Amino acid sequence: MIDLTINGATTRLDIDPATPLLYVLRDELGLHAAKFGCGLGQCGACTVLVDDQPVFSCVLPIGAIGTRKVTTVEGLGTAAKPGDVQRAFLHEKAAQCGYCIPGMMARAEGLLRKTVTPTEDELRTAMAPSLCRCGTHMRILRAVRRAAVMRGGGVVDAAEPVT
Amino acid sequence: MSSEASRRDVLGGLLVAFSLAPAAALAQTGGGEGSGGPPTVAPGLPGTLAKFPDLDAWIRIAPDGRVTVFTGKVELGTGVKTAMAQLAADELDVMIERIDLITADTGLTPNEGVTAGSQTLEQSGTAIANAAANVRLLLAEAAATRWGVAATTLFTRDGAVLDGQGRRATYAALAASTSLAVRARVDVPRKRREARRLIGKPVPRVDLPAKLTGLPSYVHDMRLPGMVHARVMRGPSSGTQQTPDLAALRRQAGVARVVHLGRFAAIVGPREWPLEQVLRVANRGRWVRDAAAPALPPMPAGLLTMRRESQVIENRRDDPGARGVQRLSARYDRPYLMHGAIGPSCAVALFAEDRLTVWTHSQGVEPLRRAIAELIAIPADRVRCVHREGAGCYGHNGADDVAGDAALIARAMPGVPVRLQWSREQEHGWEPLGPAMVAQVDATLDASGRIVDWRHQVWSNTHSTRPVAAGDLLAGTEVVPPFKPTPPKPIPQPNGGGDRNAIPLYRFPNQTIVSHFLPDMPVRVSALRGLGAHLNIFALESFMDELAATAGRDPVAFRLAHLDDPRATAVIRQAAARFGWARYRSAPNRGRGFAFARYKNHGAYCAIALDVERIPDEGRLIVHRAVAAVDSGETVNPDGIRNQVEGGIVQSLSWTAFEVAGHDGARRTDYDWSTYPILRFADAPLSVTVEVVDRPGTPFLGTGECAQGPTAAALANSLASATGERLRSMPLISRLLSQA
Repeated sequence: MIDLTINGATTRLDIDPATPLLYVLRDELGLHAAKFGCGLGQCGACTVLVDDQPVFSCVLPIGAIGTRKVTTVEGLGTAAKPGDVQRAFLHEKAAQCGYCIPGMMARAEGLLRKTVTPTEDELRTAMAPSLCRCGTHMRILRAVRRAAVMRGGGVVDAAEPVT
Repeated sequence: MSSEASRRDVLGGLLVAFSLAPAAALAQTGGGEGSGGPPTVAPGLPGTLAKFPDLDAWIRIAPDGRVTVFTGKVELGTGVKTAMAQLAADELDVMIERIDLITADTGLTPNEGVTAGSQTLEQSGTAIANAAANVRLLLAEAAATRWGVAATTLFTRDGAVLDGQGRRATYAALAASTSLAVRARVDVPRKRREARRLIGKPVPRVDLPAKLTGLPSYVHDMRLPGMVHARVMRGPSSGTQQTPDLAALRRQAGVARVVHLGRFAAIVGPREWPLEQVLRVANRGRWVRDAAAPALPPMPAGLLTMRRESQVIENRRDDPGARGVQRLSARYDRPYLMHGAIGPSCAVALFAEDRLTVWTHSQGVEPLRRAIAELIAIPADRVRCVHREGAGCYGHNGADDVAGDAALIARAMPGVPVRLQWSREQEHGWEPLGPAMVAQVDATLDASGRIVDWRHQVWSNTHSTRPVAAGDLLAGTEVVPPFKPTPPKPIPQPNGGGDRNAIPLYRFPNQTIVSHFLPDMPVRVSALRGLGAHLNIFALESFMDELAATAGRDPVAFRLAHLDDPRATAVIRQAAARFGWARYRSAPNRGRGFAFARYKNHGAYCAIALDVERIPDEGRLIVHRAVAAVDSGETVNPDGIRNQVEGGIVQSLSWTAFEVAGHDGARRTDYDWSTYPILRFADAPLSVTVEVVDRPGTPFLGTGECAQGPTAAALANSLASATGERLRSMPLISRLLSQA
């Protein structure tokens, strides 16, 4: 038996501890925000936070999580009451197909938990592990810059202004 | 049921179908990029209304006032669901929240063929807008009859007809006694521009709240009661075969079932992870190259040596006596490119009571339905394909194939919903690639620096192997006996395939355009966003810069001097002005580049200027600014247009600068993101600005693919300006690296 704390609630699971977290989220717990993209830790579609750290849930065995707290995009807010990162992404319409976006938001949340005043370079470096194929990069960056402002900070040398 | 029993069962059916399948059914269209659907029956009506003229094919109004709008097109992440909801809500005069949009479902929606070629708003959007205008008028007339007044004295607001003197009838009430099963009228006017509330406005995307909060939004997220998971076993890449050890597979923990039909093999079980592990081990097994696969010549020059069918698609001699003084030639090429969806293809299928339902992210549910019906040997009317969104596809990727795979597995397991997820390695290895291409351009300048003769030749495979029959699906080639793939054919002008945008929009007095169609396909290829337009515009617009330089003219002025289309000159002037072209100051290793095209010569106009810097020691480039102006005809959602063009610019930068899908002659060489390098945040431009030129009252012009070609050429042109070197061979970054 493994106890996992996900979005503030603890769940007891009787599953092979080698199972990557992604499969548990999507198949056992009905949490669909994190996506399967590669299963190799290369694209970031499966990104969630473990404590405050963005991780590739497709390569993280649930047996390795221990008492650390997992936060998925479902834990950031709901469609009726979106959290500020979600509101920033909605405001910037920062999605095309949207498949990579939950991973992007989890990564953005991780950055903003560390600092709400990153540099543009720190912003791009923080987002770098996540891939987007639609080319929504500009909007994703705008959304994270906006979220930083919403949290009382802002990207200090933003390549595009928050308007 | 044991797998052996199901195998006999399915094979028996296949044999029957093979002998009975009528050739006419196989010849059904849908593979011609963006074509397909039934014939026109009402030629006077706009968009797809001409094929489905009855209003209730498009719009139905429920007793509770909710409005259901049907489209045969699908959401690919371009925002068309929002645009179509805007059109319907505005023309009907209902709140957008009351609209339920049903996208492609062979059981419910008009057959609009394939969602491709930037034609969704042009075809389906036009139909929906006009159907909505018709329904609104019909309901107003019903109220007029009820009240004994002239319809012209009435008006509509928020889902009701009003007479302005206190009488009000809701659409729901009127619809209860008004049949919408009537033919659309030709003369019904659309709403006046001043009366519109939604069309032309940046209405928020209707799909984003769910997608951004983790609500199930993709076929990948579907979980049906009793559903099992599946993985398909294949060789490493298209053109290879693997013979899995079936007995060993059956013994693996987590494998409940092996479905095996000829060379097609899949494992099925209750949980994904155990299957995933079995698949990974099996992938280390032996594979062989298909005997039938043609040899791959060295790319890209090898394309010129392949068997070809040449066609002169344009030969204009307006001024055969024009005297040229200087002749230039150049050759441009691109490698095979990957679609590279972030989510590998996925499908869910259920075979129950002799009917098959497939939930799919295919771009063409109708042609897929016919192909699958043939594959599993049941009549097409017993197959229903329902679109569910996938990750962005940018053309024909594994979506249809995985649906065919899932259908075969589900057919073997009646009553059990099957979800099949391809692996990353399978998507990289098996998706049809965007074809490698070569273009050769020759032109002559006269003494005044004008182009008097232009010759463009392009060498390419087909740009569509979209399924029209079972043999076009991977599974169809693996069952026994195998189905034959539909022979490739070129997509004719005016859309074109390999020769898309090979004909310049410029006014050259003499020009010859030759399309060399290459029927042999050493590598599996099909439609990638923009088809041949990416390379042809790259060639055309790079060469315009080379000619401008030879003529000693400014590249923007040189283009304007050869154009007589005012909408083309307008976007060029606007992009140049917003960019600050005239006052630009170059610096060492930093330069500007410009390019323009009208997609397909009848789609959106797009002009792009780039400000680019090469970092010599790192072999890296920084795109400081990208500025675009786009004219998509009448604007439905300006933010949707900006989003598509911003994305198109970034994606085309990635294709043009970085990407090449490798093949070692036996198999592909790229199976994940470690060797197939798509653009990451570090290489994203510092800023992108897109200006939308609205043309109210003019037809919608598709936007989704208009930026790919101009971006590619603008990049090469800006690098030439920054470094003095002209790069004509993609990926451009490899040349930058070699200079470092």
